[in-house]
Amino acid sequence: MALEVVDHRESDRKALRESEIRGHDALDLSSTPRLAHSVWRAAWPKLAALAISLGLWQLVAISGWRPSYVLPGPVPVFADLGSQLVTGELWGAVAVTMTRGVVGFFIAAALGLVLGVLVARSRILRAAIGSLITGLQTMPSIAWFPLAILLFQLSEQAILFVILIGAVPSIANGVISGVDYVPALLVRAGRNVGASGLSLYRHVVLPAALPSIVTGLKQGWAFAWRSLLAGELMVSIANRPSLGQFLNQSRELSDTSYMIALMIVILTIGIGVDAVFSTFERGIRHRRGVVAGQTQKGI
Amino acid sequence: MTISTVSGRAALPDVQSVRPCSSGPSAIDLRGVSKRYAGQNGILALDNIALTVRAGEFLTLVGASGCGKSTLLNLVSGLDQPTSGTVEVDGQAAFMFQEHALFPWLSALDNVATPLRLRGVGKNDRHAQAREYLAAVHLADFADRRPHELSGGMKQRVAIARTLATHAPILLMDEPFGALDAMTRDLLHDELEAIWRERNLTVLFVTHNVREAVRLGDRVVLLSSRPGRVVQEYDVAIDRPRRVEDPGVAALAGEITAALRHEVARHGA
Repeated sequence: MALEVVDHRESDRKALRESEIRGHDALDLSSTPRLAHSVWRAAWPKLAALAISLGLWQLVAISGWRPSYVLPGPVPVFADLGSQLVTGELWGAVAVTMTRGVVGFFIAAALGLVLGVLVARSRILRAAIGSLITGLQTMPSIAWFPLAILLFQLSEQAILFVILIGAVPSIANGVISGVDYVPALLVRAGRNVGASGLSLYRHVVLPAALPSIVTGLKQGWAFAWRSLLAGELMVSIANRPSLGQFLNQSRELSDTSYMIALMIVILTIGIGVDAVFSTFERGIRHRRGVVAGQTQKGI
Repeated sequence: MTISTVSGRAALPDVQSVRPCSSGPSAIDLRGVSKRYAGQNGILALDNIALTVRAGEFLTLVGASGCGKSTLLNLVSGLDQPTSGTVEVDGQAAFMFQEHALFPWLSALDNVATPLRLRGVGKNDRHAQAREYLAAVHLADFADRRPHELSGGMKQRVAIARTLATHAPILLMDEPFGALDAMTRDLLHDELEAIWRERNLTVLFVTHNVREAVRLGDRVVLLSSRPGRVVQEYDVAIDRPRRVEDPGVAALAGEITAALRHEVARHGA
C-alpha cells in the first residue's frame, strides 16, 4: 500500500486514491457467516426439555404417589385438552381472558410510557414518586384485590385496576432506566446535528432507550398476565367465562385432568406472548449489532 | 465547484502553495480568552488565549495533555462560556468527536439525513442529499449499512458526511482520527483535505499527533499545558496535497515536537 506516486497529475492521483479507499474498505469488512442450522439449534434443547418433563410427570403418575384422580398422567390430560379444544367453550374462555389481558396491557403501556418519560425528565417528579414506582413493583398484585373489589365490586373494572397497578410500574421503570442510560455522547451528537427539546427526545433519546423500553413492556406483560389470572380466580363475572373461572370450577368439581389442561393452556399463552416480545427484542438488538448471547454469557 | 471570495484555492488542482490569505475575514476570533473551572482548586484551563482562524483556513492545534484543547473547542461551539475575554464565531460550527457518535439504530444514509430531517427537509429530498454526502466520503455503496456493519474508518467517514449535512461552514474536530490505525488515518487525511478544499470549509482541528497537525494544517498552533497558552504558531508552507511521510512534513513536525517536549519538560522541573 505504500505506493510511491510518481505521476503527479491530479486525475491519476484521484483514481489511485479512490481505488485505494475501495480496497481498504473491502479489506476492513469481514463477512459474517450465517447460521445454517439456527432453527434446529434453537429447537432441540426445548424439545428435549419438554420430553424429559413429560417423562418425569409420567413416572410420578405411575409411581402411585397420588391416586390418578388427584394426579392424572399426561395421557388423560392431553386427551381431555384435545377434546376441550374441539368444543367451543374453552376457546370462548381464552378469548375473554386474552381480551382482558391485551386491553389491560395496552392501557398500561400508554400510561407507563407517559409516566416514565415524565419521571425521567422531571427531577421533582423523580424525587417524589421514583422510589414509589419501584416499590409498587415489589407489591404482589393480589394484595390489591380486596381494595379493588370494594372500589369496583366484582366487575371488569376491578380486574383492569389490578392489571394496571401490576404492569404500569414495570413499564415506567423500563422507560426511566432506558432514558437514564442513553449515552451522553449520543445526546451531544443529537444536539450537534440540530435536535433540541422534544425533537431530541423523538430522534435520539427514545430510540436510544428502545431496548430498555421493550424489556419494560415485556416485564409489564408478565405482571399484567399474572394479575389477570389472580383476578379471574377471585372475581368471577356472570356470563363471562374465563380461564381463571374455569380453573376454579375444575378444582371445585375435582376435575384435575381438566384443571391441568387449563394450566397448560395458560402456560402456552404465556410462552407464546413472551416469544413475540423476544422476537421483537432480538430484532432491535440485531439491528444495532448487539448479539444477545455474547453479553449474557459473562453474567 | 464554487470559487470562494476568500481564496481561490478550491478551483486549482495543482496548488503551488496553499497559504491562507493573511488579510481574509476571520471565522473564529478569540481575544484574551481565559477559562477557570469552578471548584476548590479552580483550575485555570486556558490563559489569555488570542487566536484567529480565517475563513477557509485549516488550523490545527497541538499540545500535550491538559493544554485545554477540548475546553477551547467547547468555548468556540458555545457549549461553554469563557471566564474572561471574547469568543466570536461567524457562522454555525459543527462538532466531530473522537468517537463516531453515530446513531446505532439508523442506517448510514439515515444517520447522514438526520440533520436534514431536523431542519424539515422532505424524505426524498433529504435522502438524495444524504446520498451525495455519502458519495463525497466514498461510501455511496454503503448507504443501507448500519454503523455496526462498518469499519472504524468508515464510521468516521459517515460521521464526516453527517457533519457536512449540518451545512455548518465551520468544523470543530476533537481528535477525530485518534482511535484509528495509521493507514486508515492516512486515507481519512486525504478525504478530509479534499472535502475541505472542495467545500471551502473552515476547520479547527485538535490533535496531539504533531505529524497529523503538520500534514493537515495551513497553520499549526502549539499550546502549553496547565494553563493552556499559545506558545508558538507555525505557518505550514508545504505544497498540498501532502503526505504524512513527506520530508518537509517530517522536518517541521520534528521542530514542533522539540518545542512541545520543551513545554512538557517544564512541568517536570
